[in-house]
Amino acid sequence: MAIRRVRAGLKGWGGVGAMAAVCALALAFVLLLPLTQSPGPDGAGTGGPGIAEGVQTRAVECRAPEKQTLAPSRADGPTIEAIKNRIGARRKLVVGVDQNSYRWGYRDPNNDGAQLEGFDIDLVHRIAADILGDPNAVQFKAIPTDQRIPAIRSGRVDMVVRTMTITCDRLGEVAFSAPYFRTGQQVLAAKSSSVTGYDRSLAGQRICTAAGSTAYTRLAKDRAAGLLAATADISTTVPNQLDCLVRLQLGEVDAVVTDGALAASQAAQDPTVELKGAAFTTEYYGVAMKRDADDLVRRVNRVLVDYRGSGWQTSYDRWLSATLGKDSAASKPPAPQYLRTS
Amino acid sequence: MTLGEVRVTHPPTSSAVPPPGSGAPTAPAIPPQPGGPPGRSVAPPGHPAAPPRRTAFAEGVDRLRAAATTEPGRLRIIGAVLAVLVVAFGAVTAWQMTDRATAADDVLHKSQPLSSAAADIYRSLADANTAASSGFLAGGGETRATRDRYEKDIRTAASGLVTAAGNSDAGSPAAQTIARLNRLLPEYKGLVERARTYNRQGFPVGGAYLRYANEKMQKEMLPAAEDLYQRENQRLSADYASARPYPWAAIALGVLALAALAWAQHRHYRRTHRVLNQGLVAATAAATVALLWLVVGHGLARAALDDSYDHGVQSLSVLHDARIASLKARGNENLTLVSRGAQTVKADGRTYDAYDHDFGKDMEALGRGLAEAQRLADDRSGREPVTAAVGNMTEWKKRHATARTADEDGYYEQALDKVIGAKGATGECFDSVDANLAKALTHEQGEFQQAAGDGLGAMTGLPVGAAVLALLGGAGAVLGIGRRLSEYR
Repeated sequence: MAIRRVRAGLKGWGGVGAMAAVCALALAFVLLLPLTQSPGPDGAGTGGPGIAEGVQTRAVECRAPEKQTLAPSRADGPTIEAIKNRIGARRKLVVGVDQNSYRWGYRDPNNDGAQLEGFDIDLVHRIAADILGDPNAVQFKAIPTDQRIPAIRSGRVDMVVRTMTITCDRLGEVAFSAPYFRTGQQVLAAKSSSVTGYDRSLAGQRICTAAGSTAYTRLAKDRAAGLLAATADISTTVPNQLDCLVRLQLGEVDAVVTDGALAASQAAQDPTVELKGAAFTTEYYGVAMKRDADDLVRRVNRVLVDYRGSGWQTSYDRWLSATLGKDSAASKPPAPQYLRTS
Repeated sequence: MTLGEVRVTHPPTSSAVPPPGSGAPTAPAIPPQPGGPPGRSVAPPGHPAAPPRRTAFAEGVDRLRAAATTEPGRLRIIGAVLAVLVVAFGAVTAWQMTDRATAADDVLHKSQPLSSAAADIYRSLADANTAASSGFLAGGGETRATRDRYEKDIRTAASGLVTAAGNSDAGSPAAQTIARLNRLLPEYKGLVERARTYNRQGFPVGGAYLRYANEKMQKEMLPAAEDLYQRENQRLSADYASARPYPWAAIALGVLALAALAWAQHRHYRRTHRVLNQGLVAATAAATVALLWLVVGHGLARAALDDSYDHGVQSLSVLHDARIASLKARGNENLTLVSRGAQTVKADGRTYDAYDHDFGKDMEALGRGLAEAQRLADDRSGREPVTAAVGNMTEWKKRHATARTADEDGYYEQALDKVIGAKGATGECFDSVDANLAKALTHEQGEFQQAAGDGLGAMTGLPVGAAVLALLGGAGAVLGIGRRLSEYR
């Protein structure tokens, strides 16, 4: 019976075709409307090819690295001749320096032409005057700390005068002159601080160091050995030692450890901080040159002999006495020894 | 079988013959009233008595069955069903289209402006950082324009944060991001002021302060601003997603209502040989118009919204990103001179100046962004500024290389002049890139508003119109059936 009804119902349906057509039309509208999709942005990073560098020929035995240099001499050799033979505007000594170390190598924006100035810069002018006869025959190149050795080895600079410590490790890669300055790791803190030096007073203090610096290595070692209070927080490391002064001024740390010369440069920028206690290590700054530039090393050592006699003290008084003290005895380099023979 | 097929004796329209054994034919002049006592014919023979207690539902079903045994009863049911279908169609259309129109309105008047505002915060912060480093490099010679630009950027960012805070729900991740930015902004400004002061005194620690401020901006503030921007973009995408889908339920109900109307008229024709029942025809017409309006209106709106997304929102997003990349590049270029090699990074075994390395990466991002923007630009006035920006960028890279060489060779003053100097400096190129991108952004913003406005316009009146048409249709169906019913009185 139901089937019969359905069959009956189906009859005459053709008349409804128009209505069905309307529905079909409506559906067609839906389906024919634009369907646009845009693909997402694609990104690909590229990286340049890299060149690895770093051959290291460690000295078999190394004690007193500051003595491992050649005896002074005025004789011109191939390196000096090559420098002297530079033509025209290029007849300059190319020296790698720092532009950020106040009182050592720094461009003061208030100077006319923002000339570089500082203790290191004075020495550079003296060397240029001796070799090329003109203290201003210098092309300064600003190089970051970790580029000092690569810059020398690749020949981009003739020498580096940039608060560079003479170490055994570095002696395998570059040649050093005799020391021109004595320094050591030192503590810097606010004048009102209870910190008295590199001692028990650092307990519970937050100490800032430059990442990968000698200071950080020493602090970590001393803390592990129990020489530094375990409560001293040495977790703050910054890209550049000067950033430590920022953290100190902002109250994010209580003390800074860096080498004394640079700590002095920080203290010179803020009269409310001072060096605390004596240096707890002994280090020497030297002029770094190419490993095989024997004539240049001897010549610089010759210049340094003269410079210690006249010039060094003047430069010290001008740049450093304000923060390192009137008495320069602690900073004066020892009488040089020239133990390197080849 | 339980129910007899009742064939009334009005003019037959089909060849169906009352089956034997069906309920006794009764006089058509007195149709049984629905709701009256169940017809005797309903009581199936052999089922002497109903169970003592019955549910209301079963009662209702029985009544319906009773009604269905007579033509007027069936007509009433048909009329009710038709009216309900048409009205339901109208109601669902109104509901679904109100949702979509609201979403489209949000796209145009709420989420896109908010996304733009977030992009503005992001850009202002990046711009402030760039202006701060430019001013720093100039030292005492900082121009009024640079200083004003920095101050204006800080103000824009601060007021943008207030607007964004007003539009975010308390405790939401967006609100937390805004709170963080509100906390960082004065910190940043303090660092920049210290940097300026020390720099004026000639102390290198000023540069260290500026680098610290820059680090705060690049590592904390800009990522937070970007996060906010992405969140607003998600809100925008969500609004697009609510505005775009086809109103399938409404369409299906519309088709069903039309089919039911068609069937009813076909049945009517079969029974009475009358072709037109005015009420039903009116109902059909109203439902058809409503359905067509719905499909075409929404289709147009959808197309316009798609257009506003593809040519507006996407272009805007790509251009915003490119602009930020150019701002970051400029900031890093300045900081290369501020830091003077104080910070380095190692990549692929080589050491680079940290800021110059970032500059290179930002320029790559800018190049990618501009290429993408060129691809997305759909007309000349949209493409022109982007193409010009590409030219500026190429020149910028060239001048940057010269400036870097000068700096590395120790000619700091020359390098400085090549970066922030008046003529032939990279600053010119950056300014041109920025101006061209601003122009392109304005153009795309206009495109977006045009298209999204069209989309919203296409939906205007649809919900109300569909509701009114459906009511008319429902009334038509009821009247049409009522006319037939009256023939039984």
